[in-house]
Amino acid sequence: MSSELRHIHAETLLELARDHENLRVLEADLMGSVSTGKFQAEFPDQFIQCGIAEANMIGVAAGLSATGKVPFVHSFGCFITRRCYDQLFLSGGYAQQHINIFGSDAGVAAVTNGGTHMPFEDVGLMRLIPDSVVIEVSDAAVLKKAMHYSYQNPGVNYIRSTRKDLPELYLSPDEIEIGKGKVLREGDDLTIIASGLSVHDALEAAAEVEALMGKTVTVVDMHTIKPVDTELVIRCVNKTGKLLTVENHNVTGGLGDAVIAELLEAGVAPTAFRKIGVREQFGQVGSLDYLKDQYGISAQAITEAAIAILD
Amino acid sequence: MKSNEYLREIEHLNLSIKAETVKALLHLGYGHFGGSLSISETLACLYGHYLHHDPANPKMADRDYLVLSKGHAGPALYATLALRGFIELETLKNINANGTLLPSHADMNKTAGVDMTTGSLGQGISCAMGIAMGTDTNVFAIVGDGELQEGQCWEAFQFAAHHQLNNLVVFVDYNKRQLDGYLDEIQKPFDLREKFQAFGFESVQVNGQDINQICGAIEQGLASKDKPTAIILDTEKGQGFPSIIEMSSNHHLRLDDDLRSAILKDLDVIEQRLESLK
Repeated sequence: MSSELRHIHAETLLELARDHENLRVLEADLMGSVSTGKFQAEFPDQFIQCGIAEANMIGVAAGLSATGKVPFVHSFGCFITRRCYDQLFLSGGYAQQHINIFGSDAGVAAVTNGGTHMPFEDVGLMRLIPDSVVIEVSDAAVLKKAMHYSYQNPGVNYIRSTRKDLPELYLSPDEIEIGKGKVLREGDDLTIIASGLSVHDALEAAAEVEALMGKTVTVVDMHTIKPVDTELVIRCVNKTGKLLTVENHNVTGGLGDAVIAELLEAGVAPTAFRKIGVREQFGQVGSLDYLKDQYGISAQAITEAAIAILD
Repeated sequence: MKSNEYLREIEHLNLSIKAETVKALLHLGYGHFGGSLSISETLACLYGHYLHHDPANPKMADRDYLVLSKGHAGPALYATLALRGFIELETLKNINANGTLLPSHADMNKTAGVDMTTGSLGQGISCAMGIAMGTDTNVFAIVGDGELQEGQCWEAFQFAAHHQLNNLVVFVDYNKRQLDGYLDEIQKPFDLREKFQAFGFESVQVNGQDINQICGAIEQGLASKDKPTAIILDTEKGQGFPSIIEMSSNHHLRLDDDLRSAILKDLDVIEQRLESLK
């Protein structure tokens, strides 16, 4: 099996459908982008092609949920959130329906699809829906866990992911608990909390900082952005004092805001804090490395921020 | 042609829905009178005969569904549900009260018998599509004519026709008026029947005040084997209440003494008609 996350997504839907007759998969003409064609072939009666009409697709999902079905919907992250936000908010959240949302091409992962297709605001939007769950995928095991969790968790579940592969972080989905961040590296001087593809850049930066400065860095994969793991954040910051958050998203409304708000409300203030992420910019076309540089979220940018905060 | 007795029962329910809706809104002092009154005949046909339901078991597995996509007509639906025994008639006085189970716009999580939460126009009709795919029973949806200005409605209609949702009947409350005035002035609907046909529906236009015609159209819709059906209800906003029909703007009314007494006079007429049907 390919390790590309789009294939993991499709395989996991198949796994779930083999056990659950009430699962439905809805696409808005992007089946080809996430390999759900094989789902349609094996479960034609559980697959619904909605055409290029995302708002209607969310309503259809809400209606299916009202009859006891469990829908999984997909489009690119910007179209499945921003474009049909009122539908997600009201027909989904407010109406208390169970809708599982796969938003593909998180942030810079949209690469050459460019600014129209590059979501830097989807996490913020989805966090604002009461009782929603927001998960960002950092490797295949997290994606599998997130999908199994979403099937079981009635409500609006948003899974943000790249379509291509990410390096393996975990051996099995059993290592993941939704709502609990994972400490991937333990240090004394700085905590870096990241999500999604930025976790990998944070790990690279942490190793670089330790090599250059001899200071040790904790790196947390905060795969569940909502509800964020407050207890873990507090424990890390109490130990290291200094804190960086890294997100492939606008710094407003995303992981960094979630983390610092929880900390301050708990009465824990980091001794130094910086959010690394996209600031007042739209997307654009480019290669992944170019875009990470442009938006200041590359491993090098994280390293520089860490050195600055540790100096 | 239906038997007279059958039509009388539905007409009795219709007039009762009008009376209870208006009494509840008079108690409240404001509300969506116009668009509530224009669908009472259709609600009476559905809950009087065609919509399979059990007030003692609102979530029963083989029930038919109604999605009131024009969710602001909630008061007419609440009156219907109360008259059918889903909720107590007395509770109609609680519409919009703090902490109420009867909010201005229909809410499936608050009111027994409401099948979908609606209020943001265009959304209910998409939800009706999902329900129609998720159930083998019949699904009825009521959309406003102004609501059809929402593009989402047409996404949904294309979807319904493509997926041959023949268990779906869509009613359009063609009362020709919306909040800011007449549709013809705000955005012309053109020929709704033709538009629905072009979107792959069976479509029929009937007098939305004529119970016999509405029943006939519903039966036609339920008999359709390969297409969804649209029933264009030629209605008047506020129908049954001349004092409301005559107003230049009647989407949402806030009552003063004069309007209240004019509506009460019309209500007397409705109640006399109800008495004569006994």
